[in-house]
Amino acid sequence: MSYRAPLQDMRFVMQELAGLDRLASLPGFGDTGGEVVDAVLDEADRFASDILAPLNRIGDTERARWQDGVVTTPPGFRDAYLRFAENGWNGIGCDPEYGGQGMPKLVTTAVYEMWKAANLSFSLCPMLTSGAIEALMLRGSDAQKQMYLHNMVSGKWTGTMNLTESQAGSDLAAVRTRAVPAGDGSYRLTGQKIFITYGEHDYTENIIHLVLARTPDAPEGVKGISLFVAPKFLVRADGSLGARNDIRCLSIEHKLGIHGSPTCVLSYGEQGGATAYLVGEENRGLEYMFIMMNAARFAVGLEGLAIAERAYQKAVQYARERIQGTDIAGGKDKVAIVRHPDVRRMLMRMKAQTEAMRAVAYVVASAQDAASRHPDAGERARNQAFVDLMIPIVKGWSTETGNEVASLGVQVHGGMGFIEETGTAQFFRDARITTIYEGTTAIQANDLIGRKIGRDGGRALAALVQEMRALDVDLATLTGADAQRMRALLARGVAALERGGRHVAEQYGKNIRAVAAGSVPLLQLMGVVCGGWQMARALLAAQRRLAADGGDRGFLHAKIATARFYADHVLVGAEALAETVIDGGDAVLAMDEAAF
Amino acid sequence: MHIVVCIKQVPDSAQIRVHPVTNTIMRQGVPAIVNPYDLFALEEALRLKDRHGGRVTVLTMGPPQAEDALRKCLTFGADEAILVTDRAFAGADTLATSYALAAAIRNIDRDAAVDLVFTGKQTIDGDTAQVGPGIAKRLDLQLLTYVSRVEQVDIAQRRLRVQRRAEGGVQVLETRLPCLITMLEGTNEMRFASMDNMFRAARCAVRIWDREAAGISDVSKIGLKGSPTVVSKVFAPQARARRAELIEAEGDAPRDLALTLINKLFTRNPKLRDAIVAQPS
Repeated sequence: MSYRAPLQDMRFVMQELAGLDRLASLPGFGDTGGEVVDAVLDEADRFASDILAPLNRIGDTERARWQDGVVTTPPGFRDAYLRFAENGWNGIGCDPEYGGQGMPKLVTTAVYEMWKAANLSFSLCPMLTSGAIEALMLRGSDAQKQMYLHNMVSGKWTGTMNLTESQAGSDLAAVRTRAVPAGDGSYRLTGQKIFITYGEHDYTENIIHLVLARTPDAPEGVKGISLFVAPKFLVRADGSLGARNDIRCLSIEHKLGIHGSPTCVLSYGEQGGATAYLVGEENRGLEYMFIMMNAARFAVGLEGLAIAERAYQKAVQYARERIQGTDIAGGKDKVAIVRHPDVRRMLMRMKAQTEAMRAVAYVVASAQDAASRHPDAGERARNQAFVDLMIPIVKGWSTETGNEVASLGVQVHGGMGFIEETGTAQFFRDARITTIYEGTTAIQANDLIGRKIGRDGGRALAALVQEMRALDVDLATLTGADAQRMRALLARGVAALERGGRHVAEQYGKNIRAVAAGSVPLLQLMGVVCGGWQMARALLAAQRRLAADGGDRGFLHAKIATARFYADHVLVGAEALAETVIDGGDAVLAMDEAAF
Repeated sequence: MHIVVCIKQVPDSAQIRVHPVTNTIMRQGVPAIVNPYDLFALEEALRLKDRHGGRVTVLTMGPPQAEDALRKCLTFGADEAILVTDRAFAGADTLATSYALAAAIRNIDRDAAVDLVFTGKQTIDGDTAQVGPGIAKRLDLQLLTYVSRVEQVDIAQRRLRVQRRAEGGVQVLETRLPCLITMLEGTNEMRFASMDNMFRAARCAVRIWDREAAGISDVSKIGLKGSPTVVSKVFAPQARARRAELIEAEGDAPRDLALTLINKLFTRNPKLRDAIVAQPS
């Protein structure tokens, strides 16, 4: 059940669509010249395919285990983690001041895609550590940064994010964990957190928990939540480990997927209170979380893409090997099922959607680099507006599509796909969490219609529509049926997105329930059209490269065929989605609640 | 300890196709890689460095783009890289190649004495396995070919013990330094490059030596002039046409199939049963 990173497509997208060359000119990216990026991608592929991918099924079958508060990760995971950290992978995107490599988001995005595709359960630990690092970078005091960050960046310690409680899932305003000042500047935490990814494990000597909790006189609701840092072992001033903190892992969850990743119930303060330190100011914890939300949601969006890639590779391999039936057009020879038109349709659908997701995600990654490092303030703001608008798409659309692709992967395998030993069922199960954690698809869609469209009257979306339309000038120069078909369908798709977006912007203040009922279709519409936009750019770049006689002709022809497929089979659905967005809301709400 | 590892940039033979009509190698679009056999040599050298300290210099002769192969070796932890490149080297056979590399190693040795030279057992494009021994002969180094393991290095006594894969068994050989080792494949596993080494490799300046800088004055010993080997003809061997035999089994069960085959084998080779029985278990 091998995995190889799709390096050729990754490099194509980075260079042709996401402007890798432009990145090198941004301040702080001086070392990202082609050579180091090439070496990093090659070596990440080796690590992902040789070390992480073979552990994926072991993680699924052996699972993380809990006994008496101690969590044991599946065989091989700990060794792989130690090598991962030793080779410096943990801190590739982190600040060099704390030992990171400071690589651009575009490069780390490609690398994270590999970890996630090779072994989603494994990838979650570094991902959560990154989130915790970011929180401390953002609002931690200098002393906190000095105490924790070096070891977290190197991977010597890991980090967690403790948000959810049993009554506080999507609604974090309901958080009840209490933080009482101890009088010495620290606080004592009591309460129970659930769904804590890698909240306890055997990889490292210490775990740094970031915890949302309420102080005694905090206001009700979202404005009364503060952020705390609570290490598993207290850290002395000289950096050595002190006493075990009053934090206990009560159990780990039995889940549908990602069995290798321990999802913990953590109990704080059973013996009087866990020692914790305030991060930033009191009552601003949720605000800090929202600043970090983009990074976390983007990372989960990549999981949809990564699982789709893995499921596609597996399906192609099987479709080439499995001999069944004869060619529908005639002939007595038994053929591999890849010859059958509907298997081809499924494989093309998997491939086209995977490549579209990759293109969209990498373009958004590159915009994040520009938003943080471009010397021009106007360019930074423009890129940030694009990133903010696109985050719910990368998260919501890519994970929904990842589920569809993983499901198609099972279908390509026929009956064998339903059998666990075949391996593709794991991708289907693992994918299922991605539309749920870090905000369900509905939460993403809610963010899209509210903060991203409703609040600015649809201006950011209108700017995006305009940018998409500008591509038409270039597409008009292309010859050939593929380019013409793509051009026509993209124009219709963009118009559909404009109609849907305008409807939402206009109705947001007037008919919020109907707009909300159409919010996920709008998110899908936007994903489908953004995917079409990027596949059109890919088609354009491929045709230009072919005309200039540059590159692997087989790859470029395949890219054009894939873009054409996307137009005819995916982008073509944009108009239907727009109708649902505009007219479908009432039907959702028409029936009496009691009639369900 | 100063170790020189000789490497070669080769086309990735797994991706090479041979032209069906002209029988020439179709190199277009085939990525260039470090000769895979050389990576076993490099890994062994890096392990010796891990154990005993010192430094590892990677050396290659080739066109300017061979610098990429050297940089790859730097990402794994080699300390320094030297590319010997000059149009005068073009068309070199193994005799001329070993001459140029030997000259370069002599040059390196003047800077910092070389204790050990490693090469892969052969390259995947030429497959001659001659360059390593050629260098050893020219430099008057002890030569150990097809080494599967470096058992022990005694730096104080300047001695080294290795295991060498030979027909029918393993030889344990001991010799004095300096020596040249050609390393067998599958004997170790190339480490993963660390992030630090990848950045170091990208920043590191590869030293480029032309003919003069490599200390070569006699141009009759290098390039096409120094190469007596001539490729007279390249052809693809004809596939042998041989009739396959259809064996009818007595039943469909695996046991029946196996018994049919075994009986057939023993009938055809009457001495086979005795030979198997006679073998020590």
